[in-house]
Amino acid sequence: MARELHQQTLTELAAGLESGDFSSVELTEALLARVADHDGALNAFITVTGEQALAAAKAADEARAAGKGGVLNGLPLVHKDIFCTRDVLTTCGSRMLENFVSPYNATVVDKLADAGAVVLGKTNMDEFAMGSSNETSYYGPVKNPWHLDYSPGGSSGGSAAAVAARLAPAATGTDTGGSIRQPAALTGTVGLKPTYGRVSRYGMIAFASSLDQAGVITRSSADAALLLGVMAGFDERDSTSIDHPVPDYTTALSQPVDGLRIGVVKQHFDAGLDEATGKAVREALAVLEANGAKLIDVDMPNIDLSVPTYYVVAPAECSSNLSRFDGVRFGHRADEPEDLFDLYCRSRGEGFGAEVKRRVMTGTYVLSAGYYDAYYLKAQQVRHLIADDFHKAFEEVDVIAGPTSPTPAFRLGDKVDDPITMYLNDIYTVGANLAGLPGVSTPCGFVDGLPVGLHLVGPHWGEEALIRCAHNYEQLTDWHFACPEDYS
Amino acid sequence: MSGAWEVVIGLEIHAQLATKSKIFSGASTAYGAEPNTQACLVDLGYPGVLPVLNEEVVHMAAMFGLAVNATVAPRSVFARKNYFYPDLPKGYQISQYELPIVEHGELFITDDDGNEKRIGITRAHLEEDAGKSTHEGLGAFSGIDLNRAGTPLLEIVSEPDLRSAKEAVAYMRKIHSIVRYLGISDGNMQEGSFRCDANVSVRPRGQAEFGTRTELKNLNSFRFVEKAINFEIERQIDVIEDGGDVVQETRLYDANKDETRPMRSKEEANDYRYFPDPDLLPVEIDAAYIEAVRDTLPELPDAKRHRFIDDYGIRADDADILTTSRSLADFYEEVIAATAGEPQGVANFVVGELMGALNKAGLGIEDSPVSAAAVAGLLDRIKDNTISGKIAKEVFEAMWAGEGSADEIIEAKGLKQITDSSAIEAIVDKVIEANPGQVAEYKAGKDKLIGYFVGQVMKETGGKANPGQVNQILKQKLG
Repeated sequence: MARELHQQTLTELAAGLESGDFSSVELTEALLARVADHDGALNAFITVTGEQALAAAKAADEARAAGKGGVLNGLPLVHKDIFCTRDVLTTCGSRMLENFVSPYNATVVDKLADAGAVVLGKTNMDEFAMGSSNETSYYGPVKNPWHLDYSPGGSSGGSAAAVAARLAPAATGTDTGGSIRQPAALTGTVGLKPTYGRVSRYGMIAFASSLDQAGVITRSSADAALLLGVMAGFDERDSTSIDHPVPDYTTALSQPVDGLRIGVVKQHFDAGLDEATGKAVREALAVLEANGAKLIDVDMPNIDLSVPTYYVVAPAECSSNLSRFDGVRFGHRADEPEDLFDLYCRSRGEGFGAEVKRRVMTGTYVLSAGYYDAYYLKAQQVRHLIADDFHKAFEEVDVIAGPTSPTPAFRLGDKVDDPITMYLNDIYTVGANLAGLPGVSTPCGFVDGLPVGLHLVGPHWGEEALIRCAHNYEQLTDWHFACPEDYS
Repeated sequence: MSGAWEVVIGLEIHAQLATKSKIFSGASTAYGAEPNTQACLVDLGYPGVLPVLNEEVVHMAAMFGLAVNATVAPRSVFARKNYFYPDLPKGYQISQYELPIVEHGELFITDDDGNEKRIGITRAHLEEDAGKSTHEGLGAFSGIDLNRAGTPLLEIVSEPDLRSAKEAVAYMRKIHSIVRYLGISDGNMQEGSFRCDANVSVRPRGQAEFGTRTELKNLNSFRFVEKAINFEIERQIDVIEDGGDVVQETRLYDANKDETRPMRSKEEANDYRYFPDPDLLPVEIDAAYIEAVRDTLPELPDAKRHRFIDDYGIRADDADILTTSRSLADFYEEVIAATAGEPQGVANFVVGELMGALNKAGLGIEDSPVSAAAVAGLLDRIKDNTISGKIAKEVFEAMWAGEGSADEIIEAKGLKQITDSSAIEAIVDKVIEANPGQVAEYKAGKDKLIGYFVGQVMKETGGKANPGQVNQILKQKLG
C-alpha cells in the first residue's frame, strides 16, 4: 500500500494524480487539514489560502480530466511570503507590510501556477529575509518540527518547517546568504539555490539584489529538479536574469556519481565546525567516494572573508532597497504624523524590526561619503577574490562539498541577541551567493536528534551536477526519508 | 559689467528624452495627463518590481555624444542616488555616476567679442526624473503626481568655461538646438523638458583658483538664465567687496522678484551614497553600434551654418538664426529651391518678415500659415519686378491672412508695379507741375529734395511705380 499522501514526495504525488489514485482536491484537503492541525504549534504559515487552493485543485482535476494541465498539475506547494501574490497578503515577515495585498504576481508565482501548482499558503520568514533563525519575523518565530524549542533556521524557516512537517510537499524560498540551504539543513529537507540569474527575481521583494536568488525546499533532489525546470528561465522583466537554455534537470537523476570530482575545502572543516556535524559530513563524503566519486582537496584562501564581505555588501544593498518603504504609497504608515520627517521616522521606526534596522544602518554607514572606499568598495574587491577562488577550484572539480551549517539547529533565543554569532551561521553558504553559484543542501545525518546537511556548490549553470550528486547520495542513504516523530 | 572680476559659469542642463515610454518601465511619457494615470508599478516603486532599461535612451545618448564630438563610453553603469522625498518613490533615483555614457565633448559658441569659443562638455549621463509634489488645494497635505517619475533625462554638464551670462545663454541655445536637431528632445521649456542649473562664481581677474560657487536651480527659460546669472554675479561681487565671503549653497531664482535666494547650504547637503544599481547590467556599446548611430546622424547646426554661408553666401548672423532649428533651416532651403530670388534676399525675408510675423503670433515655423512654396511665389514677383519690396510686405500680410497666393493677391488688389516709362513720365510731369516752389529750390541746389519728389510720385501711384525708374526719370526732367 502506498504511503499516506503527506508522506509522499512531489514526484510520487505526480504519479498518483496521473494514475488517478487520488484527486488534487483530495490531496489539497488532506494537507490543509494537516496545516490546521499542526501550524498552531509550528507557526510556519503567515497566510493559509485554503479557498483559493481548493479552487485551484478543482480546476487542476478538471484540466486533467480534459487531458490538459502542466507538469505540476494539481500538485500543492507553499510560497515564502517574500513572493508577491496577487490579491493575497504579502508581508515579507514584516509589520511594514502587515496590510500589503499585492496587485501582481511574481514571475515565479505565475510560472508555477501556469504549470498547475496549487498554493496552500504563504510561509513565515525572517523579516525581509534578514536572519538565520526565523526569529526576526514580526509574526513570531517558526518552530523546528524536530524539536519545538529549536529554530528551523532562516530566513526561509517557514518553508523548511512546512516541508519537514509534511504540511506541504514543496516550498519556494529565497537565498541571499544561505536562506534556503541553512533551514533545509536544520530541518532535514533538501534546499536548492540556483545560479544567480537562473530564476527571475521579478516580484520577489528585494533584500540584496546582487545576491538574492529564488529556489526551492523539497523532500528530495528529484523534486527540486522537477520544480527548477518550471521556475528557471529568462524573464524580460528582470534584467539580471540570464537568457541561458533550461535543460531537463530530471535527466541528471539517472547519471551515476562514478567519476564525479568532488572538491573538499579545507577551510570548511576548521575550528568553527561542530565536531559531530563535521563527522556526519565526512561520512557522507566517504559514501560518495565509495561509490566512485573522487575526493580532491581544494584550497580557497579567501573563503574565510565571505562573512565579513557579505555583511558589507548585503546591508549596503538592503539599505537602498528598503528605502521605498516610507509610509507614503503602501505599507505601514504612522498615525497623525506632524510633518514629512515625522512620517518617515515613525513609519519606518514602527514598521521595521531591530535586525532590519541594524542592517539598514550598517548599509547606510558603509555607503557613506568617507567610508565607501574602505567598506563597500573593498568588499566588492574581496568578492571578486572569493569568486576567483571558486573559479580556480572548478577547474579541477565538478562540485565542492562540505557542511551546510557549522552546527545543527540551535535553541530559539540562544543567538538572537548576538548578531555576530548568528551571522556566522552563514559561514559555509554565503560564498556561493557572493560568487553567484548554485548550491544545494541535502540531509546527511543527525546530531542529538537534529538533522545535519551536506552542502554542495557547483560552477555557474552547474545545477545538473548538484542534482546528480545529491540525488545519488539520497539513493545511497535514507536520511531524507526521516520524518519528525510528531508529524509522521 | 564686472570690471576687475572674472565670472566663471558651468551649466547642468536636463534634457528630457523624447521616448514614448519611460526609461525603466513601459508607462507612457506623454505630458499633461491626469495625475498618477501614467505611473505603473515600476514607477510607483512597488515591492518586488525591477527596472528594465529602455534601449532607445542609449541610442539617443549616443547620438548626442557623437554630435558634440564626445566619447561614447563602451561601458557605462547605472547608479543609485539615495535620498528620501515623497515624489521619489523608490527612495533613490537611478542615474549614472562614476561611469556616464558620454564624456569629453565640446561645442563652439560666439563669445561676447564675436569670436568662436570652445566650451567643454564634461559629461552627459542618463537618469530618471522624479515625480511632482503639489501643495495647492489639499489643506495640510501635499499631493504626489508620479506621472513624470521615470521619464528619461539626459543631464549634460559643461566645463566651467563660460565667462558671462550671455555666453551661458549662447551655450544653452546651442545645446537646445542640437538636441532638437537630433530629435532626441522636444526642448519644450514650458513643460520642463529642457531646464538648467547654473554654477556661478567670481574671482579677481588673473587669479587661477576658482571662487566659491553657488548653484542656481531650475532656470526654465533662456531669459531667466541670463537674468538669474547676472543677478547672482552682482550679488557675489557685492558680498566680496563688502568684505564678506560667498557661501557655497544652492539658490533658487525668483523670476517675479528677479533675485536669487538660498535653498539649502552645503552644511545640510545630502550624502547621496551613490553605488552601482545591482538591478541593472552595465550598458555595453561596441564600435559597430556607434558607427551605426553615426550613420543616422542628421546634419548638425554648425555644419549647416557653415554650408549656408559657403554655398548661399548669406551673412553669418542670418545663417545663425536660420540654423537654430532644423525645421527653420529646412524651410529656408525649400524656399531657395523654389524661387529665382537671391539666397540673401530670401534670408532677409524669412528672418525679417516671416519670423517677425511668426514671433508676433507666437507660432513656430512648423505652424506657419504661409508655406515655403508660397513664400517662393512671392519672392519670384520681386525678382521679376512685378512688385517692389515694399508692396511685397502688403502682399505678404494678405497671404498671412489667407487671401491666396502672391499672384492672386497682386492681381486682385491691382498691386502690379508700374514699369511703363511713359506712364511714369506722365505722373512725374504732374508732380513737377504741382510743386513749382520745390522745383525751384531743387534747381537752386537743394539735392535732398529728390526724395520728396520720389515720395510724391510713389504716393500718386499707390507705391506701385518702380522706384529705380522714378528716380532716373525725375533726375532727367529736373535737369
